[in-house]
Amino acid sequence: MLQYFLKRLLSLALSLVAASVVIFLTLEVVPGDPAAYMLGLNAQEDTLAALREELGLGGTLVQRYVSWFGGLLVGDFGTSYTYRTPVADMIGDRLWVSLPLALYALALSTLIAFPAGIFAASRRGTKADAAVMGVTQLGVAIPNFWFAMLMVLVFAINLRWFSAGGFPGWNAGFFPAMKALTLPAIALALPQASILTRVMRSSLLDTLNEDFIRTARAKGLTRGQALWRHAVRNALIPVLTILGLQFSFLLAGAIIIENVFFLPGLGRLVFQSISARDLIVVESVVMLLVFAVILVNFAVDMAYAWVDPRLRGRR
Amino acid sequence: MSLLKIDNLSLAIHGQPILDDVSMEVAPGRILGVIGESGSGKSMTAFSVLQLLPDGAACSGRITLSGKDILSLSEAGLCGLRGRDVGMVFQEPMTALNPLKTIGDQVAETILVHERVSRSAAMDRAAQALRRAELPQDRFPLSRYPHELSGGQRQRVVIAMAIALRPKLLIADEPTTALDVTTQAQILDLLKRLVAEDGMGLMLISHDLAVVADLADELVIMKEGQVVESGPARDLFRSLSHPYSRALLEASGHVPERTGTPAQTPLLQVCDVVRDYTGHSHGWWGRTTRFRAVDGVSFEIRKGESLGLVGESGCGKSTLTRAILGLEEVQGGEILFDGAPVFTHHHANVAVRRRMQVVFQDPYGSFNPRWKVDRLITEPFHLLDTPPKGRDRSDAVSEALESVGLSAADGGKYIHEFSGGQRQRIALARALIIRPDLIILDEAVSALDVSVRAQVLDLLADLGSRLGLTYLFISHDLGVVRSITDRVLVMKAGKIVEEGPTGAVLDQPRHPYTQQLVAAAPVLPVQAT
Amino acid sequence: MASFFHSRTLLPGAILTLIFSGAALISLFWVPYDTTVLDIANRLKPPSWMHPFGTDQFGRDILSMIMVGARTSIAVALVAVGIGMLAGVPLGLAAAAGKGGLPDEVIMRGNDLVFAFPSLLIAVMITAVFGASALNAIIAIGIFNIPVFARLTRGAALSLWNREYILAAKVAGKGRARISLEHILPNVANLLIVQGTIQFSLGILAEAGLSYVGLGAQPPLASWGRMLADSQTMISLAPHLALFPGLAILLTVLGLNLLGDGLRDLLDPKLRRARV
Repeated sequence: MLQYFLKRLLSLALSLVAASVVIFLTLEVVPGDPAAYMLGLNAQEDTLAALREELGLGGTLVQRYVSWFGGLLVGDFGTSYTYRTPVADMIGDRLWVSLPLALYALALSTLIAFPAGIFAASRRGTKADAAVMGVTQLGVAIPNFWFAMLMVLVFAINLRWFSAGGFPGWNAGFFPAMKALTLPAIALALPQASILTRVMRSSLLDTLNEDFIRTARAKGLTRGQALWRHAVRNALIPVLTILGLQFSFLLAGAIIIENVFFLPGLGRLVFQSISARDLIVVESVVMLLVFAVILVNFAVDMAYAWVDPRLRGRR
Repeated sequence: MSLLKIDNLSLAIHGQPILDDVSMEVAPGRILGVIGESGSGKSMTAFSVLQLLPDGAACSGRITLSGKDILSLSEAGLCGLRGRDVGMVFQEPMTALNPLKTIGDQVAETILVHERVSRSAAMDRAAQALRRAELPQDRFPLSRYPHELSGGQRQRVVIAMAIALRPKLLIADEPTTALDVTTQAQILDLLKRLVAEDGMGLMLISHDLAVVADLADELVIMKEGQVVESGPARDLFRSLSHPYSRALLEASGHVPERTGTPAQTPLLQVCDVVRDYTGHSHGWWGRTTRFRAVDGVSFEIRKGESLGLVGESGCGKSTLTRAILGLEEVQGGEILFDGAPVFTHHHANVAVRRRMQVVFQDPYGSFNPRWKVDRLITEPFHLLDTPPKGRDRSDAVSEALESVGLSAADGGKYIHEFSGGQRQRIALARALIIRPDLIILDEAVSALDVSVRAQVLDLLADLGSRLGLTYLFISHDLGVVRSITDRVLVMKAGKIVEEGPTGAVLDQPRHPYTQQLVAAAPVLPVQAT
Repeated sequence: MASFFHSRTLLPGAILTLIFSGAALISLFWVPYDTTVLDIANRLKPPSWMHPFGTDQFGRDILSMIMVGARTSIAVALVAVGIGMLAGVPLGLAAAAGKGGLPDEVIMRGNDLVFAFPSLLIAVMITAVFGASALNAIIAIGIFNIPVFARLTRGAALSLWNREYILAAKVAGKGRARISLEHILPNVANLLIVQGTIQFSLGILAEAGLSYVGLGAQPPLASWGRMLADSQTMISLAPHLALFPGLAILLTVLGLNLLGDGLRDLLDPKLRRARV
């Protein structure tokens, strides 16, 4: 078990370094000098040099990478070109909108998909199964930002149950903040819940065909007992894979959905930074999101070992 | 008073008839053997008793277990019966257990489902059941997972699950088919002992006459959903009346007629061959481990000879085959074919390779399903410098197909249009098409039903004498090896432990391992003529 | 062929797909109204006989815009899937052929790395460097598709490499590359076709999302995602602006998914396990 953990941990670290190199090199390609861009055309050469020094733009490629990546490790994301404030502070505020939104959506998606998938699989071939499958077929096909717009139209503009957008901040209290995130989270969760329901159902149907389910039935277990005690946990293995992938879709999707609801999250920060050519912010946000994805994959690997004794190895 | 009585049972699945008017009986403490080839309905009869049938199945007739009418029981009633009154053991021990639960939990579950006892009490009784199935606690603690056990050990877990509540009836559906001969003998002994101890009735289902004949008190022979013959085992073999059962018995012990004597010149010489596998225990940065699959093996095959190679799974047979075929390089020793090395300068010697071909076990996995037969069987032409084209090619295809008893027109068909036996003929045609000297038959008849197997063995014998072929016949089945080989090698853990003329080795085995193999092999009853 | 018409998913899927690809094709030669001409007098008209889907804030016909937008969506998604297949399938075949070796390790670790970048992040990075365009969307979605196809191909190929017919081909002296082409590729083709339709539909969704946030198609190129972005501020005033482009995306994606499901069942029922 320890061996498996260390191996996955090493792979996590390697992925992080590789991803950081890719991001760093991609944004190094950008033509032009941020310092010159910031100071305008009439800047003096010595002011430019001083600013470059301040922004960490001096030195060779390798030096710049090492100082950037070293900074990341201690939480120093550098200084914004536009606002001259630490990037870490800018991201910090926004993260507390995007991350709760993604987690909220993940929770909704899982809470809907597990029961729905199990329900459909246990009633395979019935009208109830067909209805669940039909709804998920629509859910997979619907663009989440359009679904969000429709919900705004119905629940915010017509029924006035929710506000059409904006975020009161966590200081306004837990429930008002969660309420502001509810429509966005539903919009994000619907397509993912549909996919997860379908995966859960088909994985469960495959498992129900396994020999050990027949063995369990021969012991005297009812269909339901065999399903709950033997099939569900075995069916979880492919579901976990999808769940891990979904988190990255949810994070990325959050960036789009924030636009619909005017939420002050990482997504809006990225788009503002792109138009202001504040590349260090773009770089940091992308790195942060990739880090989150890699971390979730690590968590999924650990969950595999928890579910499947074959991965834990001999004790 | 019979324990299980099946009267005029008929079964249809989605309207397709599977069983037709089947009747049989099992008495307490007695063993009923049910024999049949694939598609005979023997397994479906067993599943009918537990009412564990696929969707769309409809039963008619009567099944009574100690006076209870099973077909009229509710689902809840059936659940109360399964596992408590009737236990069941399945064919495939590798997949019959839940991989995510410990063996203790899985055996205890039988008890917990049927009785209101505490978990620890159930675990105690699970330990007891495992002990009775010869899995003692000190070596196989309850906390083991299935993947930590071998196939034979897993089958013992399944048996422990089935007998944990001392049921009145045990149904075993091909319980030893997936196991090696020695393991098979141990499992059969175990079943026999449990029947005697508990006074259970046992319904033992098998395709193998010899397995059942050794054990059963009563016999039923099935064919295409019907019972063709039944009665007490001792008398039945002496008085088989139905032509099918006679044919089945004949085919099981079939000895093909072979002519021609092998020359004295060696065709293939294997000298002191060593094959090591290096593995990495934990990914590519882990410790390197070494496993010696073939350990100093030497033998030779003479021209025109049929040499048998027997051994249980994992003994190194397949590795040796791959080395002979030049698919993998050996770490030590030398393999010479007609005096020329199979491997030169780390490359397989093409001139030698085109004189050897192989037929594999699996009639279903041996062919690319997207190719037509003529393309499939001409694949070995790739070994020739100038493969025949046009007319020559189609002539070669027709000749190869006709020599194995198929027609030239079969070349235009896809492989799924053929039965298992026909596929093995096509595999043989593929081997014959470049006119090799040596054909390696790697468990080539093991997956076939006995009657089909007898036909393929006849074909092999006929081709061998007609074309002067040399065979290396690899099998775990001593009966088949006896019928078709001149000499035999016995292999264990990468070494040849005994070698000699087939009859002599199998009748008077000298090495303890060979003695064990021969003793474990089930023996056919002698047919009275 | 009979099963084609009996399938509950194949026929509706094929019809929907035909409608939208047909609309895209027709728009190359003819649209009801020219989408480059503004007609301010007729702005924000609800659906009518003259304009079945209404007009937008510049008086352009929404039906015509949707037909032209179909072209953008389909072109972007098709090219992106093409990139994913052309790069991913050979990588997957090579990884499977050299399983456990260095090439396999390198290809699979590379795949893992790309998988850590959702296509939106790739688009963000490309836009930051080169500016926004429809080409960005193609590249971003295409790059994201490479590991999808590489993993699928490798997984399916690995199970095939254990078959005895591969051993038979080796006995016939064939090398890994030839076996991959002659035996492996034809046997994973069905799986690739099915996954291709699914990735195609995901590509259409991704293009719409990217264009919606301004990382994809730029004006004057018509795109469903952009139409939705433009409609957002006017949604209470003229809901039809948001309704029809959204429905177009929904129905196209639905059609492709149904087609994919139907093809999977038609080509090989056993593929069901291999999906996802």
